[in-house]
Amino acid sequence: MSNGIVKIATRESYGNALAELGDEFKDFLVLDADLAGATKTSVFKKKFPERHIDCGIAEANMTGIAAGIATTGTPVFISSFAMFASGRNFEQVRNSIGYPHLNVKIGATHAGITVGEDGATHQCIEDLALMRVIPGMTVIVPSDDTEAKAAVRAALLKEGPVYMRFGRAAVPVINDPANYKFEIGKAVKLKDGKDISIFACGVCVAEALEAAKLLEADGISAEVINVHTIKPLDEETIIASASKTGRVFTVEEHSIIGGLGSAVAECLTSADLPNNTKITRIGVNDEFGQSGKAAELLKFYKLDAQSIYERIKNS
Amino acid sequence: MTDIELKTTAAKVREGIVTAVFSAASGHPGGSLSAADMYTYLFFEEMNIDPKNPRDPKRDRFVLSKGHTSPGYYSALANRGFFPVEDLKTFRKLGSYLQGHPCMNETPGVDMSSGSLGQGLSAATGMALAGKLKGEDYRVYTLLGDGEIQEGQIWEAAMFAGAHKLDNLTVIVDNNDLQIDGRVADVCNIYPIDKKFEAFNFNVINIDGHDFAQIRDAFAKARETKGMPTAIIMKTTKGKGVSFMEDNAGWHGKAPNAEEYEKAIAEIRSAI
Ligand SMILES: Cc1ncc(C[n+]2csc(CCOP(=O)(O)OP(=O)(O)O)c2C)c(N)n1
Ligand SMILES: [Mg+2]
Repeated sequence: MSNGIVKIATRESYGNALAELGDEFKDFLVLDADLAGATKTSVFKKKFPERHIDCGIAEANMTGIAAGIATTGTPVFISSFAMFASGRNFEQVRNSIGYPHLNVKIGATHAGITVGEDGATHQCIEDLALMRVIPGMTVIVPSDDTEAKAAVRAALLKEGPVYMRFGRAAVPVINDPANYKFEIGKAVKLKDGKDISIFACGVCVAEALEAAKLLEADGISAEVINVHTIKPLDEETIIASASKTGRVFTVEEHSIIGGLGSAVAECLTSADLPNNTKITRIGVNDEFGQSGKAAELLKFYKLDAQSIYERIKNS
Repeated sequence: MTDIELKTTAAKVREGIVTAVFSAASGHPGGSLSAADMYTYLFFEEMNIDPKNPRDPKRDRFVLSKGHTSPGYYSALANRGFFPVEDLKTFRKLGSYLQGHPCMNETPGVDMSSGSLGQGLSAATGMALAGKLKGEDYRVYTLLGDGEIQEGQIWEAAMFAGAHKLDNLTVIVDNNDLQIDGRVADVCNIYPIDKKFEAFNFNVINIDGHDFAQIRDAFAKARETKGMPTAIIMKTTKGKGVSFMEDNAGWHGKAPNAEEYEKAIAEIRSAI
């Protein structure tokens, strides 16, 4: 990434947003599971120690505790690595939060392969699939600091369960904090184009924007849309762009099974599209991750700008 | 091995731990060092294993339930001859067979993949049960963190192991008193550990995890005990052997810089 660009990990944004919101909203609680430093809920804890509860290494229990608290009318954030905040406790989220539609917000950090050196056991590339299949669950994947902070606020203001996916690695700030308007379920067009549509989320938005620049130089006009909300999906925006270009690419730091790519494909199967409209899902193929540095892994799994560019160019 | 030989070997294991984490510039030294003496005793003295035949169906098994302390595991395996000690420097690097958390399909000597806390005791219990069902007399060992035992699955597995009288299973709890967010008693109190395992029908032995005579004695008692699994609760110091890492939660998952690395190696060597 070019010099001079501010980079912030969205888990930092999460912690900072919680700490800021804590002044304005006096009632919500924040739960963690022995990862307060890593998930950055420690920032909130420092300011509001009495509103932060460390549940210990017991994510399934934390999920149930949050459900119980939420029944009393108090909103709760629960936090852990995405692997343990959506996977370890999946059925607790489904049955104790999803089914009763309780006001619990899941702040899942360290999502995707950019977790880095911890390797496959900690690189959650299945959470979007797991979470979006739960009825009534809102699923948000912020692309940068600006969007992540706005998402935390929107999640708190929204009644019902929300899953938010944050990253460990620092990513460039691509949305101008002064003008950016975030609305759950409303995708953001970052670049107009007429030849192809690129739908991206999370860390892949910045990479997709870079790839679009490279394509432009080759005479390919790419429309780039940041689909920060995976559920409810902005079908209108997605269908409009796909109808215009007839060539769709999705890019995400998630398995190509079940995430953004699947959601977009599901949406487009029932839309009236130009003949021969094609969808290519770019993500982690049906395989586990591995240890390595975040940037190395993005390259290895072909999710960096150059690889995205080459993939699109050669398809 | 004599206790002196074990101590010398443990120092080599500690050196490998610090080297692996330093080379990777990430990883978990604290809980690796607290269990370094235990790793040494298990792989050099207690377990029936053969570096030349790591998949021998008759071998004893080990499950590292607290998988983040893989540097200790890998260093002990390397020093025991399962793979070159030099390779510890590839730890956590892209393409290495020494993944951040243990992977049974990548690393010779690793019997079970782990890294998500709370799951290893179940796998070890399954191995012990399978041994009984097949009439095999291998033994199964598993190492748990004291923070890790906050996971409910640990107690589901413990109940099962006790109920099934799995006397071929030995559970070791590394009671270094620290987890990531602080003292285990402050985060979510786990004490008393021994009474909990007793209540789940375990033979419980409390020891000092840095005293080889006590470790030796505990395993002998575990072998003698019939009709119930054994839990060895070992009091340890997190970061043991590197003064500035000792009893400090800050060194749970942090790599030393070059200067700290030199200091750590010097301390470990001078202790022999
Ligand atoms: C299910 C799960 N939750 C959270 C983590 C993140 N994590 C890694 S180590 C650790 C603390 C472990 O403390 P303890 O069990 O006491 O280990 P030790 O002190 O021996 O290092 C945590 C929370 C994890 N690996 N797995
Ligand atoms: Mg501990």
